[in-house]
Amino acid sequence: MIEKKGKSLRKNFKIALIGNPNCGKTALFNALTGGNAKVGNYPGVTVERKEGWVSSPGGLSFNLLDLPGTYSLEARTPDERITSEVLFGHRHEEEMPDVLIAVADATHLERGLGLILELRALGKPVVLALNMTDLAEKQGLMLDWVILARELGVPVIPTVATQTQGVQELLTAVEHQLRSVGGFWSQQVPIQNFQISHEEGIKRRFAEIDRILALAVLKPSQPSRWTDRIDRLVLHPLWGSLLLVLILGLVFQAIFTWAQVPMELLRSVVGWLGEQVAHRMPEGPLQSLIVDGVIAGVGSVLVFLPQILLLFLFILILEDSGYMPRAAFLMDRLMGRVGLHGRAFIPLLSSFACAIPGIMATRTIEDRRDRLTTILVAPLMTCSARLPVYSLLIAAFIPNRLVLGSLRLQGLVMFGLYFFGVFAALMVAMLLRRSLLKGPKPPLLMELPTYKWPSPRSIWMGLLERCRLFARRAGTVILAVSILLWFLASYPKPLQGQPGPAIAYSYAGRIGHALEPWVKPIGFNWKIAVALIPGFAAREVMIGSLATVYAVEGQGEKGVKDILGAKLAKDWSVATAMSLLVWYVLACQCFSTLAVTRRETNSWTWPGFMLAYMTCLAYAGSFLTYHFAVALGFG
Amino acid sequence: MSPEVKRKTHKLGELRKNSLAMIVKVGRAGDDVSQVARLMEMGLLEGSSVEVVHEAPFGADPIAIRVRGILVALRRSEANAVEVLIHD
Repeated sequence: MIEKKGKSLRKNFKIALIGNPNCGKTALFNALTGGNAKVGNYPGVTVERKEGWVSSPGGLSFNLLDLPGTYSLEARTPDERITSEVLFGHRHEEEMPDVLIAVADATHLERGLGLILELRALGKPVVLALNMTDLAEKQGLMLDWVILARELGVPVIPTVATQTQGVQELLTAVEHQLRSVGGFWSQQVPIQNFQISHEEGIKRRFAEIDRILALAVLKPSQPSRWTDRIDRLVLHPLWGSLLLVLILGLVFQAIFTWAQVPMELLRSVVGWLGEQVAHRMPEGPLQSLIVDGVIAGVGSVLVFLPQILLLFLFILILEDSGYMPRAAFLMDRLMGRVGLHGRAFIPLLSSFACAIPGIMATRTIEDRRDRLTTILVAPLMTCSARLPVYSLLIAAFIPNRLVLGSLRLQGLVMFGLYFFGVFAALMVAMLLRRSLLKGPKPPLLMELPTYKWPSPRSIWMGLLERCRLFARRAGTVILAVSILLWFLASYPKPLQGQPGPAIAYSYAGRIGHALEPWVKPIGFNWKIAVALIPGFAAREVMIGSLATVYAVEGQGEKGVKDILGAKLAKDWSVATAMSLLVWYVLACQCFSTLAVTRRETNSWTWPGFMLAYMTCLAYAGSFLTYHFAVALGFG
Repeated sequence: MSPEVKRKTHKLGELRKNSLAMIVKVGRAGDDVSQVARLMEMGLLEGSSVEVVHEAPFGADPIAIRVRGILVALRRSEANAVEVLIHD
């Protein structure tokens, strides 16, 4: 990166986008790049780094960097720190931007301009993109652009990012700035005095904004009453809480019921594919590899894509519309009981989809201890990868009879498992906050943004990103594990005339047998032990591996879920199934979670701790469950 | 009322829903400096007027206040760092 700087004929200019949270900065980034972007991470921290490419009307190439949203260059969260480090040139891997595009929400002029005044003092050329001007005009704002630009000392370009309006004008303005670096605009306003205290600086900035707006604003906008009206319901102590429960109910209904249709479809496609291949290929090791290893293994995971996407769809809509911080507001007191921040609600909710985005979402939590606690308990929330295991075991072991009138026992058990996960997470959080991560309660202070219609474009992009990640995972880790497991379960073959199932002689069988004494006290047999090993790479793989372990044993029978369920029901006691369910609620069986925790915490200590405490918890929980169930006669 | 007559001020965290007030002081002795700066960045400055517009369920805490055109959520304990004069 640094070497590039020395090149004399540099054709790519670096442009950084900076703005408050909720100013539409990401929408503007998408509008500018048209999705031509790469998402990565800053080294050492897990702050998302988004870079895109765009050509200006005058033919210049721009590298566009989307910096994390901030209210001030006085950084406090890891995200904000990145923004100021890049702008002050303290991150060596990142070149200093040539031009800054400051994004401000036109409906909240008073807010966004403070940051511009700070940016202006950096001495870099700045262009102000005044975003959401359509909304501001609708609200009656009348603004003298010339005066605003003159008083701020930067060119002002009105934009409507969601409709890609003003994008070309913005790029042209950036070009002008590059051609006249050190020229007219950036020199006009004297650089601010750095000798004053931060508090004094804030006061002066607000005073300066008041002065500028008094000159430039001909008619102020009437803030949208819609947000107020909606909030009267959404933030109402009673109705707001009920609405939150309703929304959560809807989300769960969606992932458990609506997602079943596309999932069944995918499942039958996978089954059909396996049959076709089995028909057309000669029997032998290669056919076995493709049908029992690749198709059965990857297919068993692929069927969860609809469920994961549906969950992310809800989370993206709730985030985009401005509801998420309100949920944090409503939940802060309850979360506070166990020592968590209201903002922990969002990461924990995301963890119902997958702990990885959940853990990454903890970046918005400022306090280190708070953030660590949230990270450590996030994997206890029931992620969607556990769902296939739950539904398999519940369908196989829990009778689907009606209880308490109209409730189905199977549904009730499923709900119970979710509840148990949440309960465990809260208990562990409370214990951690009172022992290892003891400390003062960090502040809640946050803006509740104006409601917006979620932008279909950004939701679509978010979902696409999910699909890509999932496909990469299925194509790499899950594929590799499926093949490895198939090999371990298939070889070495038993010698002619040896009694018992073939898998007992394979490597997998040997590993399982070696582990058996360890898992026997919690009611597991050696086959479960075998399946748990690949399950560590990805939880949902366990179904595929159970299918492999049991299907290989059953003379080439395909690991279709119903057949597998029936086999398990014959082979295991109810106590064993319950013990395994509890194990699945509590155990940290996900290498990706540990990897992301390492990245987030920048040490192996915390992922190590996570693995250790969750394994102990799971072992204890399964032990108690198994023996309790046996005592009740379910052995 | 002459300027010498001092009116009683309140802590922002003591205000109930729908109260309207003007900020007279941000930060008390011993308050965390960065926390005070954060409040000020949100627009809680001397002279800004604030309105308590929402109270959360479970003990009416945290609260949401309107200040300088935006809605800000904070706990009552945090709001106590702000001294206000209630409008009549």
